[in-house]
Parts: sequence; structure tokens; C-alpha cells
Amino acid sequence: MRLNVDHSTVYHFEPPMRGAVQSLRMTPSKFKGQQVIDWGIAVEGAERGAAFRDGAGDWVETATLLGPVAQITVHVTGTVDTVDLGGVLQGHRERMPPAAYLRPSRATKADRALRELAESAVADISEDDPLARAHALTVAIRSAIDYTPGATNHSTTAAEALSLGHGVCQDHSHALIAAALSLNIPARYVTGYLFASEEEGLHEASHAWAELHISGLGWVGFDASNGVCPDDRYIRLGSGGDALEASPIRGVSQGAGVERLDVRVSVDQVQQ
Amino acid sequence: MFCSAFMSNYFNEMFSGKTVRPPYQGLDSWSADMPQELRSLKQSEAEALFRRIGITFAVYGDGGDPDRLIPFDMFPRVFSAGEWHKLELGVKQRARALNAFLADVYYRGEIIRAGRIPADLVYRNEAFERAVMDIKPARGVYSHIVGVDLVRTGPDEFFVLEDNCRTPSGVSYMLENREIMMRMFPQLFRENRIAPVEHYPKMLRRTLASVAPERCDRAPCVVILTPGHFNSAYYEHSFLADMMGVELVEASDLFVEGDFVWMRTTEGPQRVDVIYRRIDDAYLDPLCFRPDSMLGVPGLMNVYRSGGVTIASAPGAGVADDKAIYTFVPEMIRFYLGEEPILNNVPTWQCAKNDDCKHVLENLGDLVVKEVHGSGGYGMLVGPKSTKEQIAAFADKIRENPGNYIAQPTLALSTCPTFVDEGIAPRHVDLRPYCLVGESIELVPGGLTRVALTEGSLVVNSSQGGGVKDTWVMA
Repeated sequence: MRLNVDHSTVYHFEPPMRGAVQSLRMTPSKFKGQQVIDWGIAVEGAERGAAFRDGAGDWVETATLLGPVAQITVHVTGTVDTVDLGGVLQGHRERMPPAAYLRPSRATKADRALRELAESAVADISEDDPLARAHALTVAIRSAIDYTPGATNHSTTAAEALSLGHGVCQDHSHALIAAALSLNIPARYVTGYLFASEEEGLHEASHAWAELHISGLGWVGFDASNGVCPDDRYIRLGSGGDALEASPIRGVSQGAGVERLDVRVSVDQVQQ
Repeated sequence: MFCSAFMSNYFNEMFSGKTVRPPYQGLDSWSADMPQELRSLKQSEAEALFRRIGITFAVYGDGGDPDRLIPFDMFPRVFSAGEWHKLELGVKQRARALNAFLADVYYRGEIIRAGRIPADLVYRNEAFERAVMDIKPARGVYSHIVGVDLVRTGPDEFFVLEDNCRTPSGVSYMLENREIMMRMFPQLFRENRIAPVEHYPKMLRRTLASVAPERCDRAPCVVILTPGHFNSAYYEHSFLADMMGVELVEASDLFVEGDFVWMRTTEGPQRVDVIYRRIDDAYLDPLCFRPDSMLGVPGLMNVYRSGGVTIASAPGAGVADDKAIYTFVPEMIRFYLGEEPILNNVPTWQCAKNDDCKHVLENLGDLVVKEVHGSGGYGMLVGPKSTKEQIAAFADKIRENPGNYIAQPTLALSTCPTFVDEGIAPRHVDLRPYCLVGESIELVPGGLTRVALTEGSLVVNSSQGGGVKDTWVMA
């Protein structure tokens, strides 16, 4: 599938800030499931630099703006060819050992409810079938947390989302990671884009899901919000232990301004 | 219980029976002939000097005077050239192995693949930083200043208590103690051939300059990054910056632009090549670690990871000095260097292991128990010095969270003569030499000797009533 992405993130500051620095993790991953035809990240008025590929294989770069900064516009446009690999992250080069993703963060720490949910989800599945266990966890999280925008915020933890019973893709992913970690399965948070045709009723063009490490297969994506493994409708950007670490944009601005955020994302299929 | 009579079982560094051991011979008549009045006079002179320099040490959790002086004992602690030679080789060997370990675990992890260190101990460690995986620091050095805490139990027996790979503090005391001794007792330094330590700041600066990023094509700009004057080691930060002739900066003095880190100066921005940071990893950069850090420089880690600046010690270096990893340092020495350890580890029980934990709980009265991530002598139990109630309470804490504790036998720490109210008496001491790792590996002949001033006490931490001494290595 050929997908076009147009994603703009605009930060408005009132009064303007003295300066800002952003770390951008917004370049599609290199693996067999996707190939970049064309990709660009534009940050108006910013000095760019300090770019590198990190241990998890993500391309990261830095944008700095000297004040006064009333507005920052991060505009990402590009075209990516995707193929369906059933969620398997094939041919992805990274140095990070899966065991480095076994330590929970504040957001992905399992409480008793999450541990029990995980244990009962896999109770009848042999440890020799880790893929089936991962699917069962995904299903269990999906039914325990209703997709409800607005019920949670960016700092809601997995345990809080489960107890609320409502959340968005970030909460589903955190909860799935927490459940996996409680069973000693390496798991991480993935960000990207999702092409969602209206009739399918899929959620969020700017999307997040989880990857669990399955012996024999390697990293495999699981999207608990939509109850599927990522296929050719998904574009993978980067990963981290949780939403904070995997953030496409992490920024700090200096000053007393109040921030207002405007995000527009469109992912369209290009007819070939 | 430990009483004075039992003290004779400890190795006394000065006296072997009635004979004075050779390295201390220059001090025998000096101390014996010093009249009580002169001693008191000198002691208050020393205190006045320390106050004037402003060297104080705020003690966490004490709630007392934050400007309290660490007590300085005028009786020097002495090593012969031969004793020091072995220590030096042992410390350098350890520093090499610890750096090789860090370069390995943030790259291929061969030691884990080879089954010599458990993966969980490394990758689940709180100090392991995913952010620096596959990032190669200049010259492959992660820990540029390795402080190795040593104790002595016999003429030829030294044990390493712990390694400090992040930012070991206390070196300013090593330098000040020497300076003050030289001012007060110049004749001692004329009569004895004592190896100098005062070139340490120069050596540190040379070490840091030698690890500037490869793309730095000029005389490297080195700075010391401090969390600020409220930090308990702020004095040391400013002292070292002064002695090294480099800028002392806070995060707000630095900013990231383009590929580099810059320092605001009156003559405009100046590029910074090497940052000797005295800030913990978690606070270094809000874009990489704790987002709420006000002490960090936003974007610093991206510049570091793309090779634009060197951070000393490297973020993530703490995974090598964790108390659970410590057990494996001898293994690292064999694995990376193909050598046998010159310095011994103290046998250590890991409460995370069931058998070890059982042993520890059954023998608490004889053991020293420490928190895996603890420091400064807090949260530890010295079995032989504790009451039954204290031991029982500590046992509950261990049962609650075994993985948080390790235990070691109570070591018979050597003693060194120390001035006390009654005259001169033996007190227990330890030693922290500071090994510098850059283009070469070197250390000045000396270190920080800490002394437990309370009779019979084995806890030398300044926060627990410890003092310091000048440390001599005879040339």
C-alpha cells in the first residue's frame, strides 16, 4: 500500500517564549514492512542538528529555536510504501537487546489488577506458544479498557487506565506493555501513523501500539485499540519503554508562556 | 561486642607490637614529642584554616549545621612505596575492567552472552540507560574518574568495598588535607620524602581534555557542570574548577544549538567540548530523562549521542558500580583483561538469591548489610554493633524486599593512630584513591583516608561521625 502522510503540529505560546529545543523522532523505521519514497520534516525558523540513529534503530534529530518564539510549526510530509508482515518487525537493525525492555517505568508498572488480568488471560495457554499468549493479552486489554477519548490524559498510567476502564491508544499500549512485563515478556511502546478508512471505524491517524518480543519471531506489534497486529495500513516511526520515551516530539521551551497545541494529521492511500 | 581489648586483633598500620612499621618511622618522634598544648594549638589552627577556605560538607538527613566541618585528624596515614605500587596496579586494573564492561554492555554485551554475568542484573538495573546503547564515547571511556573504596585488614591484605564510577566526591579533601598539613608542619615534609598529590587538578584537566569528541579540532573547552550552591558537594565543584582553571557552570549557562553545546560568556557563545558533570543522569536533560528536571540542559543528550560533546562520566556509567554488579568485577577482570584480580573483593551475599538470603537472615549479628543502591552509610546495618531489636527490625526490611540488600562479613578494618582527647589512639580507616581514565590511566599517589573517630566504630562515613586524614605515600 502506498500511503501519504501530512502531519502538522503547531505550538502557540502566549506570551512568546525565550527559546525552545525539540528532540524529533519522526522518521519512519527501516524494516521490510515499509519503504520511504519521500519524507521531510520542516520546523519553521529552527536550527537543525545533532542527528543520529539510536540503539533501538530510530532516527532522532534536534531542532533549536532562539526567541522570541510565539509559534513552533513541525510539519511532516511524506510517502511510504508498506507491506503486511502480520506485525512482525522483520529486517529492523537495532543494537538493543530485548532484555533491556523488561524494566517497567512509572507508566507501565503493573499493579495487582493488571497482573491478575495478565495471568488469567494466559492461564490456559502453554508457555511454548508465546504468540498465542501475546494475542490473548491484547484481547484481554481491549475488553478491559473501552476506547474513550477524553477519559485519560498524557500522564495516566496503565494501572489507572485499567481501573477507569476507559482510555485511548496510549492507555491500551501502556496496559498491554505492563501486562506483558508482569509475565516477563519484553515489551515496548511504538508510535506511528495509521491509515483508517471511514467504514473500518479505526481510531486515530496518529497512532501508538505495543511491540512484544516473541522468541522465534522477534519483535511483533500488537494494537490493542483496534484488536489487530499492524499491517500495511501502519507506518512505524519509533519506539521506547513508554509513551514519554517514544514520543515523536519531546520539547522544552523557556519562558512563562501558556502553550496551546494544534495537531492535524492525515494519512491517505495513494491510488497507483 | 567490640571493646578496647579486642582492638588488638585489628591490624595496626603503625605499630607491630612495640616496633614502628617502616613507613611510619618519620612520625614516631613527631607525635610522641608533641606537647599537649602545641597539639591543641595546631588542631584549632587547622580548623581555622578549613573554615577560612570554606570547606564544609552539608550532611543529608542530619538536620544539623549544614556548614559543619568534617573533622580533620592531623595524624597522617602512611603507605610505603611498595604497598602503594600494588594498590596502584590493582586500582588501575579495576578501572580498566570497569570501563571495558561499560563499553561492552552498551554495545554487544559479550560478557552476558558468555554467561559470565546475568542479563537481568545489567538490563534491569536502574542505572542501565537505554538511551546510550550503541553510542560510542570518545576513546571508549565511560568512567573517567573511578573512586575505589578500599580497606586494609593486614600487612598485605586489601579489599575493595565498592567502586564509584559516576562522580566520586571527596578529592578536594585529599588536596586540602595535604595543603594544610604542609602549612602547619613544614618540617615533616622536609624530613620525609612524601610523594606529591597537588598535581591532581592538572592531571584531571589533561584527562578530560584527552576525551574531547573526535571532531573537536582545537584546544578543548572543558567545563564543570554543577547543580548549584545548594548541593552538598558544591564546594568541591567550585574548588576543582578553580584549581583546574576551567569554568564552573550551571545548566542555565549552557544551551544547545545545532550540533553543539554552547556556554554563554560575556564575549558571546563559546562551544563546549567536555562536560565534567556533577549532576545525576536523571537530571541531565529533560528531553531524554526526567522531563521535570530544572537542572539539566535540554538537548544535551542528543548532542552527546551524535558525537558533539563528551559527558564525564558517561550517562549510564552507574551500571558498573552498583553493589550487585560489584560481585562480578573479578569476573570482568578475567573476562576482559585475561588477568587475575590484584585486589580482592569482599565476599558478598546477594539477598536476591534465596540461599544467600537465608544465610544472611541467620547470621545478621555478624554481618554488614547494605542497600543495593544506598550510599553514605545510610540504611545499613552493622550486625556486631546493633541491638537485638535493631537486628530484628532490619530482618523484616530484608524479608520485605530481599533484592534491595546485600551482606558482607564485618571486616577487621586496619587502624591508624589518631589524635583523641586522651592522647593518641588507634581508629579504623579506609581509603579512596581517584583513578583517572582518558588517553592514559593514572592516579596520584594518595587518596582520601576516612577515619571512624568514635572508639571501636567501623563506619567511616562523614555523615556518621567520620573524619579525614592526610594520606602519605613515601617516595
